This record gives sequence, structure tokens and C-alpha cells, in this order.
Amino acid sequence: MTLRKPPLRDVHDAAGATFTEFGGWDMPVEFDSIKAEHRAVREEAGIFDVSHMGQIAVSGPDAERLMQKLTSNDVTELGRGDSQYSMIPDEEGTILDDTVVYRLPEGDDAEFLFVPNAGHDEQMHRRWTEHRDEWGLDATVENVTDEYAMYAVQGPDAPELVSDAADDSVLDLSKFEGRYAEFAGADCWTARTGYTGEDGFELIVPVESAEAVWDLLDCQPCGLGSRDTLRMEMGFLLSGQDFDAEDDPRNPYEAGVGWTVKLDTEFVGRDPLERAKEEGTDDEFVGIKLVDRGVPRHGYDVTDTDDHVVGEVTSGTMSPTLGEPIALGYVPSDFADPGTVVRVVVRGQSKKAKIANVPFLSE
Amino acid sequence: MSFEVPDDRKYLESHEWVDDAEDTARVGISDFAQDELGDVVFVELPDEGDELAAGDEFGVVESIKAVSDLYSPVNGTVTAVNDALADQPELVNEDPFGDGWMLEVELADDSGLDDLLTADEYREQIE
Repeated sequence: MTLRKPPLRDVHDAAGATFTEFGGWDMPVEFDSIKAEHRAVREEAGIFDVSHMGQIAVSGPDAERLMQKLTSNDVTELGRGDSQYSMIPDEEGTILDDTVVYRLPEGDDAEFLFVPNAGHDEQMHRRWTEHRDEWGLDATVENVTDEYAMYAVQGPDAPELVSDAADDSVLDLSKFEGRYAEFAGADCWTARTGYTGEDGFELIVPVESAEAVWDLLDCQPCGLGSRDTLRMEMGFLLSGQDFDAEDDPRNPYEAGVGWTVKLDTEFVGRDPLERAKEEGTDDEFVGIKLVDRGVPRHGYDVTDTDDHVVGEVTSGTMSPTLGEPIALGYVPSDFADPGTVVRVVVRGQSKKAKIANVPFLSE
Repeated sequence: MSFEVPDDRKYLESHEWVDDAEDTARVGISDFAQDELGDVVFVELPDEGDELAAGDEFGVVESIKAVSDLYSPVNGTVTAVNDALADQPELVNEDPFGDGWMLEVELADDSGLDDLLTADEYREQIE
């Protein structure tokens, strides 16, 4: 299979980045060092090329209705320029993907842009168009992933940096608020969102201006490696790893994002999710800290103190900020209280661990 | 990018080095290997007194992004491990041929040193 390339793939290569396959894309994993990039984002600012994220535009008279019926959150709460984190459940309430939904500020009809995960854009475009046709709704659904680059500028210095690079200040934008702003002569959707736990912005940039805007946002370039360690410290889910509709199906309550489910709206998967909320879930998504030395990784077993397997690590790393081994994963509710002693099997060796509060870093 | 490959070492294809001491030799991983791994965050080493055979796994080095087994370049007995790596695994990145050493091995009579790559041969491998 040919890997999809972000518009600046060759620019990153020339800058010395190393690459990895992610969701069918050939993406930079590291520019300098994961620790250095991680530190830059926690202490100063870093820029990520996240052009592998999908972009699906939905417009027309029934756009709001279509969005409402296919996502778990309540899009009617969004004013123009607002955004929200949401789940895309299937008919059983299983998470197909998580996404950020932006309600764009222009046009007579409500216009939306939502951002599915890498490699899910075609699936989500198909899902939206098929349901639109089935329900007879008047909405236009476009997969515009290849027309835009997407950058995330994150860190305590990021707001000033992004604002200085824009033609007009964007500092007045609140968290989860966005608008079009001009960078290097290009109109870019600029929203105060991100995936690191730091302040910052995500920019959706017309592909022809990708390099000019990247050059304008002059700070530490960061790869997917540090994006992963940063999001793990915050306990943020990674699609395909912390949930996967085929390999590890989870509903939003198990995955700790029940707050994105608005049961007073009508959407695909609503009824099973109402039952799941009433009945409670067997498993809970938790943070885990290793007490013994070692590094927890995706797929490692979590056991009780008698070595019976009770759960599984879905993501793990050595936290660059804390200098401690941290993990995310699912355990039965009986084991989910912070402080509960469990064990993680690291390459055949049982290591002492404890359930921990997430985020691992206080916001 | 050019990597340091000291001439006074011998190398395994799997990127471990051993110095050319006569009785007790130090073992570590190469500059190339530490660069490939990225930020080293954990090193698991054997105990003093453990017997090693050339080619045996003797431990594990973990970076943020990868786990990699370590292989012994020689036959011998572990006489010391670098305890500093427990708290400062980053020494492997900072000084792979110096402070980032991993083991000291008392070489067996048939140490296996002659079967290893010379610096020139190793340079050729990583070019």
C-alpha cells in the first residue's frame, strides 16, 4: 500500500526528521529527540504537522441535523466559531472514532468541519453520505483532507507566537473557539484546540500555503513521538490504540468520555448507550503508574496481586515530565480506584503498579 | 550523518561493542545504535557472576519509542554492571562509548573476540 504523505513530507525529511507509518500516512515521528520536543511543548512551544488528521466539511440546510445524528455530543450547543470534542458511535454505541467538531462562522446554513483520525476520513465520509441519503437529508459532505495541511502549535508560548504570526491577534479566542485568520496571506481556520494539555492552536491551512505558514510559525518542530507522550500524560485517548471498533470495541462510558454523550439528543447508538449508562460498565479506563522499574507498553497484561489477568495496558511510556513509567488501560471497576495495587507484566516479569489519577499532570 | 566508531573496539552486527582489554572487557552499544533508539529511558542488565555466551541476550535497552534486546559480543563472566544507568539511562545517549558502558566481562579463554567486526567492517555496515 502506498503511504499518504503530508504536504511537507520532503521539507521534514530535509530537516532531519525520522518517519513512521501511522494510519496509512508517512509521518514525522521525531525531529530532534522525543524528550527535547516534549520539553519544548511543556515549557515553551512546539509545532506538530498533523496533516494526517482527516477533514470533513458538512454544509447545507440539514447539516446540523446530520451532525447531530452521527455524533454523540450536542452540536446545537455550538455557536458559530465554537467547537466540541465528540464521539462517533455505531448502532451498538461502540466508538468508531473520536473527533473535534467545528461550527464554522460563515454561510447562511450551519457549516461544520469535523476532524476524524488518521486513515478514517474515507470511512467517515462514506458514513456521512450513506446516512444522509438514507435519511433523505439536504446536506453536502466533502472529504477535504487532501486540500489542507493541519498544524498544532502548543505550549505556554504558543498563543503569543501564533498571534504574532497572524495578520490580526487571535489571543482573544477562548478555549475551543476559532475563526479564520490570515497567515502568510492565506486564510487559515485557527482554533484554540489541541492534544497536549497545553494552551495553543490548531490551524487548518490551504495546501498551497502549507510551507509558508509552517515557516512562519518558528518554534521547535515536533513529531508523533512527543505528541504521544504528551497526550498520555494527559490521559487523552488514541484512536486505534485505546479503543478500536474491531480489535478493542469500547463505548464512551468505558473509555472515560461519557461526558461527550448527550442522551437528550437523538443520535445513532443512543439507546444502547442509555442502557450502558444505567447498567454501568464492567471495565473502566484508568491511569496506571509502575512502582517497579520498567516501561509499560501497549498490549501488556494487567494482573491482580495473585497474577490473575484482569486487564490490559492500551498505551504506556516513560513520562518525560515526571520521569516515571505511566500507562493507560482498562481494568474491571473493582480495580479502578486510584491507589489500588495491581501488577503489569513487562516482558514476562510481573511489576508492581498502582492505579493513578488522570491526567497524570494536573492541568 | 556520521557516527563515532572508535578503532579500539570490536562490534557485533547487532550494534554492541566490546573494548580490546585483554582480561576484562567493557561492553556497551554503539553511537549508531543509541541514535536509532532515540531517548533511552530504561536499561535492564544481568547480575554480577552471570555467565555469558557470545550471541546470548544479556539484557534490554528501552527508549521512549522502542524496546531492543542486548546481545553479548563475547564469552565470559559478568564482573560488574554500570549501576549509574539505573538512574541515568540517558548516559547511553550522551556517551555510548564512555560513561554509557553497560557491563564488564571477564573474558573466557575462548572469548570469541576474533569473530567480531573490526571498526572498519562495522563502519561499512552502518554506512
